Amino acid sequence: MIKFTDVCVKFDGRPVLKDFTMEVPTGETLVILGGSGGGKTTMLRLILGLLHPDSGSILVDGQEIVGLPERDMVPIRARMAMVFQGSALFDSLSVRENVGYRLYEEGALSDYAIERLVVLSLCFVGLEDTLEKMPAELSGGMKKRVAIARALACSPKLILYDEPTAGLDPINAHLISELIRRLQKEQHLTQVVVTHDLDTAYRVADRLLMVHRGEKLFDGTVDMLKTADDPRIRTFLSPQEVLATPGCFPAKDGGIRVVTPTMDEESPA
Amino acid sequence: MDSLVVRLDDTLKGYVLTVQEFAELCAAAFAGAFRRPWYLRDTLYHMDQIGVGSLFIVILTGTFTGMVLALQGAIQLEPYGAVQYISRLISTSVVRELGPVLAALMIAGRVGSGIASELASMQVTEQIDALRAEGTDPIKKLVTPRLVASLIMVPVLTVITNGIALLGGFLIANFYLSIDPYFYWTWAFEALRFHDLIYGLIKPTVFGFIICMVGCYAGLNTAGGTVGVGESTTQAMVTSSILILMTDFFMTKVFVFLG
Repeated sequence: MIKFTDVCVKFDGRPVLKDFTMEVPTGETLVILGGSGGGKTTMLRLILGLLHPDSGSILVDGQEIVGLPERDMVPIRARMAMVFQGSALFDSLSVRENVGYRLYEEGALSDYAIERLVVLSLCFVGLEDTLEKMPAELSGGMKKRVAIARALACSPKLILYDEPTAGLDPINAHLISELIRRLQKEQHLTQVVVTHDLDTAYRVADRLLMVHRGEKLFDGTVDMLKTADDPRIRTFLSPQEVLATPGCFPAKDGGIRVVTPTMDEESPA
Repeated sequence: MDSLVVRLDDTLKGYVLTVQEFAELCAAAFAGAFRRPWYLRDTLYHMDQIGVGSLFIVILTGTFTGMVLALQGAIQLEPYGAVQYISRLISTSVVRELGPVLAALMIAGRVGSGIASELASMQVTEQIDALRAEGTDPIKKLVTPRLVASLIMVPVLTVITNGIALLGGFLIANFYLSIDPYFYWTWAFEALRFHDLIYGLIKPTVFGFIICMVGCYAGLNTAGGTVGVGESTTQAMVTSSILILMTDFFMTKVFVFLG
């Protein structure tokens, strides 16, 4: 469904993705793991065509999207939906208008049919009673669930999630993970989940991909990740073990930086 | 020395890029007005926000401008025994210059900064990206309705400002300077020529364009979180005010040349 070949992206001359190659088959839930600033969100923006790479090829459903004008991206985006990190619900619209936004804009269905789809989507995330509420009246977890409902309302083939559980309490984080799993099992959707939350990653992933400073560090299943012996992966998976030693800090290359305090003899007491 | 040249080069390129991006945004916003979907409801909403919402401040601006002009004008005309012609001075200066400029500056403060902060907030909370992801052209959806509303409502507000300023001037002329109402209104309209009215409508249309497009450009190019929202709002207000004053000078020069 999605194929990256030698994709390079630079921001202000700083490489964010370096010759990145990956594939997401139809029906698979791929979790992209990695620390902050590693290029994970950039990959989602590339898939959605919100950003164009400096070089390389990106195929969506066999169609090259690199260099495609904004207008030609519209039918491709119609097959996708994205759940943004901050939910990105439209402040000036009610939950009903947010969830049905794309359907109202397309104007292909009657108001009654749209209303039905909106309610169905909200039922899936358990928020059918918030139809008339405004986004400002919702909690963080509810906003995320409405964002998932908005993604579902237009029956996409591919859903992209940017940090779906970031900033949520454990119960809400679990709930979001369960929703992603249900979509995977019941509707066999292709999903790409960007996260640094390991619980969510282990729960929803068919396959995991770890990105570090724009490069692919790991590509495999949950079990393979747990037994990987790369020190950068170990640090990411078990920071409490590695960083518990006094003087140990994460290094820029993903490894460990040991700082030995030196006492300046002339420093004042 | 080399680094200075490089920095100068980068700065100049930055300015050129800004002008290019601004021109592209304007072209896309205008083109959007001739393509479906029309977003009529959004346009009417913004006309209400810009027009009705700014009515109070332009009424206050007009009233006090007219009153001050009458007071100051009377002092200047008194030595020549021409105080009764005060309405000529008020009507020409208000319709040609003060009405359009002062109304535009007030609207820039209220509407331009409002547009910039709203779009900037949408930008930093990824709502603009969400619009694109939903298959909507953000320029068509957000900029074009605001542009159409500004192009219609800023001239309307300016006409209201002009009328109220004449009324404010009348209050001082009638009750403080004891000028006959018939004399005041006759000379107020006698002084105006037809092309004064036309120029007086061209100016606010241009100002409406500046206020809206500068606000939209600043808002859509926001980066850096909530700090960026504040910066964009300030930038929109300052830039549109300066552009209003500059374009007013050049338009006046052209209109004087045309006669």
